[in-house]
Amino acid sequence: MLSRHEVDHVAALARLALTDAEAERMAVELSSILEHIDRIRALDLDGVAPTAHVSDATAPLRPDVPVPSLPREALLAAAPEVADGGFGVPSPGASAQ
Amino acid sequence: MSDTILELSAAAAAAAIAAGDLDPAELFACYRERAAADPLNAFLWVAPPGPPAGLTEPTAGEAATPLAPVPLAVKDLFCTQGVPSQSASKILEGYRPPYSATVVARLGLPLLGKTNQDEFAMGSSNENSAFGPVANPWDRGRVPGGSSGGSAAAVAGGLAPWALGTDTGGSIRQPAAFCGIVGLKPTYGAVSRYGMIAFASSLDQAGPLTRDVTDAALLFSQMVGADPRDATCVAFPDRIGRPTATDLAGVRLGIPSDLLEAVDGLDPAVKANFDATVALAGSLGAEIVEVSLPHAEHALSAYYIIAPAEASANLARFDGVRYGLRLGGEQDLLSMYTRTRGEGFGPEVKRRIMLGTYALASGYYDAYYGTAQKVRTRISEDFTAAFGQVDLIVTPTAPTVAFGLGAVADPLAMYLNDFYTVPMSLAGIPAISIPSGLCDGLPVGFQLAGPAFSEARLLEAAHALEQAIGFDGAPARAGGTA
Amino acid sequence: MPDYVPTIGLEIHVQLATATKMFCGCALSFGDPANVHCCPTCLGLPGALPVTNAQAIEYAIAIGLALGCEIAPVSQFHRKNYFYPDNPKAYQISQYDVPIAAHGRLGDVRIHRAHVEEDAAKLIHAGAGSGRIHDARRSIVDFNRAGTPLVEIVTEPDVHSPEQAREWLTLLRETIRALGVSDVDMSQGSLRCDANVSVAPTGATALGTKTELKNMNSFAFLERGVRAEIARQIARLEAGETITQETLHYDVATGELRSLRSKEEAHDYRYFPEPDLPLLRVSADQVAAVRAALPELPADKALRLSATYGLAPERAHELAFNGPLGTFFEAAVAAADGVDPVAIANWLPALIERVGSDIDPAATPVTPAAFAALVGLVGTKTISRDAGRTVLDRLVSDGGEPAAIVAAEGLGAIAAADGELDAVVAAAIAADPDAAAKVAAGNAKAMGPLVGYVMRETRGRADGAEVGRLIRAQLGL
Ligand SMILES: [Mg+2]
Ligand SMILES: [Zn+2]
Repeated sequence: MLSRHEVDHVAALARLALTDAEAERMAVELSSILEHIDRIRALDLDGVAPTAHVSDATAPLRPDVPVPSLPREALLAAAPEVADGGFGVPSPGASAQ
Repeated sequence: MSDTILELSAAAAAAAIAAGDLDPAELFACYRERAAADPLNAFLWVAPPGPPAGLTEPTAGEAATPLAPVPLAVKDLFCTQGVPSQSASKILEGYRPPYSATVVARLGLPLLGKTNQDEFAMGSSNENSAFGPVANPWDRGRVPGGSSGGSAAAVAGGLAPWALGTDTGGSIRQPAAFCGIVGLKPTYGAVSRYGMIAFASSLDQAGPLTRDVTDAALLFSQMVGADPRDATCVAFPDRIGRPTATDLAGVRLGIPSDLLEAVDGLDPAVKANFDATVALAGSLGAEIVEVSLPHAEHALSAYYIIAPAEASANLARFDGVRYGLRLGGEQDLLSMYTRTRGEGFGPEVKRRIMLGTYALASGYYDAYYGTAQKVRTRISEDFTAAFGQVDLIVTPTAPTVAFGLGAVADPLAMYLNDFYTVPMSLAGIPAISIPSGLCDGLPVGFQLAGPAFSEARLLEAAHALEQAIGFDGAPARAGGTA
Repeated sequence: MPDYVPTIGLEIHVQLATATKMFCGCALSFGDPANVHCCPTCLGLPGALPVTNAQAIEYAIAIGLALGCEIAPVSQFHRKNYFYPDNPKAYQISQYDVPIAAHGRLGDVRIHRAHVEEDAAKLIHAGAGSGRIHDARRSIVDFNRAGTPLVEIVTEPDVHSPEQAREWLTLLRETIRALGVSDVDMSQGSLRCDANVSVAPTGATALGTKTELKNMNSFAFLERGVRAEIARQIARLEAGETITQETLHYDVATGELRSLRSKEEAHDYRYFPEPDLPLLRVSADQVAAVRAALPELPADKALRLSATYGLAPERAHELAFNGPLGTFFEAAVAAADGVDPVAIANWLPALIERVGSDIDPAATPVTPAAFAALVGLVGTKTISRDAGRTVLDRLVSDGGEPAAIVAAEGLGAIAAADGELDAVVAAAIAADPDAAAKVAAGNAKAMGPLVGYVMRETRGRADGAEVGRLIRAQLGL
């Protein structure tokens, strides 16, 4: 059973604001899913190599030749806040007033 | 004329255009009107009236395909330059990317519209869209399946000649089954993922949703090929031609009995349909062989660790800085992150981000992520062993037919929909779902899976079965007419 | 009062001088307007994917080999997850459990590992010099730098003094500069160094609690920051206090060490294999090819210069650590016929003084042959040292041949035998009888004005030692 404390910790890691009700429901739902999943932890997997990629392919490498970048206007067009050709954000060090 | 046009498969329409018997503008206008009327909520964006805009200007170095211009419906999560590409999420509402996905550009077909889906492709019913659920054209009170529910419903309902979907754990095959059409999940690495808004990167593949196997082969044949922008995409070893097989002589079909019996919720009617289809395959000359996939019953558990873990990283970029929704930006940085993401993502997406974050977190990695990766290895080994005995493996696509909107509320119960489709996803092998008949007026899907890059064989076998089954999808198209 | 032993480990980030970024084809650039070198991949747009830059991998292999590391035949990239506005995907593609290079040594410091990763974007804060934003609560992000290839080098804790830290980092910089794979310029950020510092009482077997020092953007600041932190830790221990494991920012203006605001929660980077990139395989052939193409590295070159040319170790070190200067030196030695290499080396500072230490001497009008010829003329006393400096001035400004300059300007040494110098010396004694009297009385220092008179009169063509001899002779000493 996932505790409320664990839910809050994971939500903080994932930068998700959850309401109290959401966090409570999340604890119940995740616990039930994890309970199902936990069955694989009983399997004998000693000496089994983990699979991160289904194919054993080798990464193709790209020649170091520049290609055109996107026009800045196209990038900034989608930005929630534009300032001086850049993407505006709250300063990392600053707290709300 | 419009009724006649609707009766044409995409391949038939393409042939008619090539022969000069069909005006592509008329074809486009016919489908555009139907898509604009959309009684199923299958579309999130429909091309404006008039000739289709050149959305899919092929990127430099990529020739447009020789496909005749048969309009294409594209799942919302494919980036289409200047056209909304939102992965059905509020966090990307109205987002118009500055570039197009490789596969969309490569096909170069007229863009009919962007189709509804589960948010970020997370779901099996299309009820997780931020823009409302999609109705199943066979019964509008039921779900079309998911996550490519809009694409499946649009094709089945005659709102689009064909469509692109994506499949991570069954998201092409299961909605194809629920909607009575054909859906192909290719081998991992056969089709470029560049420009597909990612769900789970080691599993996601784009594939066709079509009325029949011939259309699937035609569309798929133009989707494959290495992409210098996707390091996981490789050159396809065969040329995919038009399938012609009408029998299954010499084909060994494997029945994974242990997997079939492992799930509680296998609907007896679906099971009966499956058995009948296997018998039909036998009558077409297939040799039916029992095979064992001892770890496949654990695929779902491994999948619900691996896919959310990858998703938790893939969806971390939605932070309110560069595009999409921003909330709390006038406050501090942390508030901006947590409010943007807390309110921008829907409940299922948040659930999976939480699950994936938990599985990767310090102290849990080995117990969950590491274990799931080992199970994945076992599942691949099971398939390799089975394909030493048989050419193809068959299962029902889903344990049930389409269920009612809102009927499955428990997330875990919903996940069980993917019980038969997830093992192939984890192994990275191709699988196709074809309609194998109706149960109580609703379509049932039959899944065939083969070894990596065996799509040509898979399509031939599916074609032979399809011819013998003679499934009629017309009722859905009639029902889909508003 | 116990003595303390400091233990220092360094973490160095080196920006690679490739043409394009680590995982996309955007050009690397410096000083361009914000956000003009960005694409879907380096901006972290939905759907974009990374593809690895072949040149960056080759450069990383070269660095690994130069640091004596083993190169992993198979390595992989991981995702390092954390939220920050300069991190466009909210994960950095880096290497984790299998770095491309490990287990090396440079000088007296062991290398723990060297891995490839991508750089973050630049956050521009209000008042940060640019004057571009004025609200202290807002920042802007410029993604031009995002995705620049980096090699991160982590040493073992083998450094035990601030001076050693500085010296070793200099060796590292010159080693990498010799490879030609990076600008390695700390002031431009293409070389960045963090230090892990701890102190323990002499004789203690366990290391003390370490702190991490950031933002030391020059060699001098690295040395000063580490020194300040060692002093701070010792003072705390002496006062009976403990050391807290924390990250410190060294304020170069005030010399203060400030604890960086602790993050919202402890770091949990949730590393996992990057699914978008298959395994990175480096063949033995490729490693062999990179190894064969490695230039002579500074440490080896210093030994060779010293052994081959009889240079003092410091001078050999100096030439080995300044690649262009060392090359110029060897070219001059090769061009000279019988000129003493030590003399050539000893004249190089005069050249540097005239052209500047940042300038490659090969890019000036002074050819190695002309330079060697100049040193030869001085060595044979054909011209005086002073005249040699004048000739060097001409070579630097106009080029040409030393012998021709000497002839044209009449700079040839005045030979003692031809009587010309005798007359000038006599004139000097006559002009300053006071000085002459003092010299005669045994005050050698009084010689100065007399020699100076002669040098002025002969425009430096006289040999100083010869002038002294003549003065004493004429005064009957
Ligand atoms: Mg690093
Ligand atoms: Zn880029």
